[in-house]
Amino acid sequence: MEDTNRRSTARLSVPAQSALTVALILGSLIMLAPFFVMLVVSLWPNEAFLARHFPLNQITLANFVETFRVIPFGRYILNSAIVTLIVTVFQILISSLAAFAFARLRFRGREGLFLLYLATLMIPTQVTLIPNFLIIRSLGWYDHYQALIVPALFSALSTFLLRQYYRSVPLDLDEAARMDGASSLRIWWQVIVPLSWPVMSALAIFTFQGAWNDFLWPLVVTNSDKMRTVPIGLSYFVGQYSTAWNLLMAGSVIALLPVLVIYLLAQKKFVQGITLTGMGGR
Amino acid sequence: MPTTSAAQSTSPPRRNPFRWRPDQQWEAYLFILPSLLGFLVFVFIAVGASLGISFLDWGLTGPRGFVGLANYRELLRDPVFWRVARNTAFYIITIVPLQLALGLTIAVGLNQAIRGTEAFRLIYFLPVVTTIVAGAIVFRLLLARNGPLADAVTGLGQLLGIPLSLPDLLGSTRNSKVSVVLLTLWKNTGFTMVVYLAALQGVPQELIDAAHVDGANAWQRFRNVTVPMISSTTFFLFILQTIGAFQLFAEPFVMTRGGPAQSSEPVVQYIYDNAFRFTRMGKASAIAWFLFIFIFGFTLLQNIMQRRWVYYETE
Repeated sequence: MEDTNRRSTARLSVPAQSALTVALILGSLIMLAPFFVMLVVSLWPNEAFLARHFPLNQITLANFVETFRVIPFGRYILNSAIVTLIVTVFQILISSLAAFAFARLRFRGREGLFLLYLATLMIPTQVTLIPNFLIIRSLGWYDHYQALIVPALFSALSTFLLRQYYRSVPLDLDEAARMDGASSLRIWWQVIVPLSWPVMSALAIFTFQGAWNDFLWPLVVTNSDKMRTVPIGLSYFVGQYSTAWNLLMAGSVIALLPVLVIYLLAQKKFVQGITLTGMGGR
Repeated sequence: MPTTSAAQSTSPPRRNPFRWRPDQQWEAYLFILPSLLGFLVFVFIAVGASLGISFLDWGLTGPRGFVGLANYRELLRDPVFWRVARNTAFYIITIVPLQLALGLTIAVGLNQAIRGTEAFRLIYFLPVVTTIVAGAIVFRLLLARNGPLADAVTGLGQLLGIPLSLPDLLGSTRNSKVSVVLLTLWKNTGFTMVVYLAALQGVPQELIDAAHVDGANAWQRFRNVTVPMISSTTFFLFILQTIGAFQLFAEPFVMTRGGPAQSSEPVVQYIYDNAFRFTRMGKASAIAWFLFIFIFGFTLLQNIMQRRWVYYETE
């Protein structure tokens, strides 16, 4: 998705441009207001929020310190980081290997198997939720990292998107590499993976964001405080401290920071990843 | 799109690019094996098991009696199931059209020659990447009775000299669903906007110019050229957002816990409650299959209907 910057020839008149800009600014303020409120409430004592009076000399980081004291937020962040990193790397590797075979190798049953993969895109996760919970429990993985990681490693969407992209790479490259005696594994790793770096990194960011924010599955397979991820820990925090707004907002700020930082650093890639997946790889 | 660059490179005519390669047979299976093992256990077996469990009366620890379609029949008579189904229907018919309309409006605005489009895009997209739980918590605060939004509305009323007040959104059975809709719109509109923006930039300028020359005004150009040209994107977003609305869970779960009095509880939370609070695995699986059938039926229906209104360039 390149930024063409191709604008309509019928340019807006100057007043229309100003009106549009004002409207877009108003919209931006609405979008930013929740972040603003979150930040302000997290930086003052709860009394300041209750009185709707925020004197500058009362700004404090005490809420953040207190949040880390009352709930093991550090542990939540560590859990989320471990799970998210492993899921992102290995989901893409596993999907990439399968996508390579689907796109560039000939084998019996290829089309049928691929159709089966595609069909699973239709199945809502809620259908497999209960059996997967039972499988995890019988494997003894309940409330362990394996429960959070292993089922998330297999993605029909990632496989599909990568397969679409790999198909667009000319087959001559494989042929030439095979002439030189390269194995399929080498072609995958040294030809296809480097060539598809843009699409794989976009997909990685998309997967990262989905894994970091995932809610239903970690809610079902974790029980103890030491296994909770950031979103789950935060939702339990609401249950326990439903009126300690200063702490809740500090917790929300902490939960948002990692994803926001990555978004601001890799904004283009982020949007690209979401658009790519959002448009079904077109 | 990154796909085009590689696809466009011209290759000399080859005899048979996909000729049969017996040597690749086993290799290919090895490439697929890790993925296939995972799919086998967590998808294929799981789907079968889910259907099987929906025919059982199973409380996780007790005996598993086969009860046939009793779980499904019970659901049809269960007033709570109908309530949560109505809630989910409400979410779909409000969120999907509003999301598409808002996203398209903003995208059209950002597709104009004005300053700061990059910054606007960054801001509108910001909620998409935020953790939904954090969003739900801050909306709990914003929309609370006597919360900041209520303050703002009252303040605006005083400014205008008319008595204005925000109705209780989170605490009333009538308005709790509206809170969930507001949160979802804030969270997801940026996504629709970004996808629409990409589609708008793909509309050939010549078509719009030609309509302009023929005397079409801005609205006519938009309505009769742009809208049909991006209809495949609209179709895709429509399907995607509807499936997303069917599966809504975290937003109401964190913001209202489905309350008050289950007034904002979606179908998925009823699955969760039945499975993990009331440990009625059979009933929960039956609800999941109802959901599946509805999503499947909807997608199928839309795929048939799309021929009437979706335009594809390749046709």
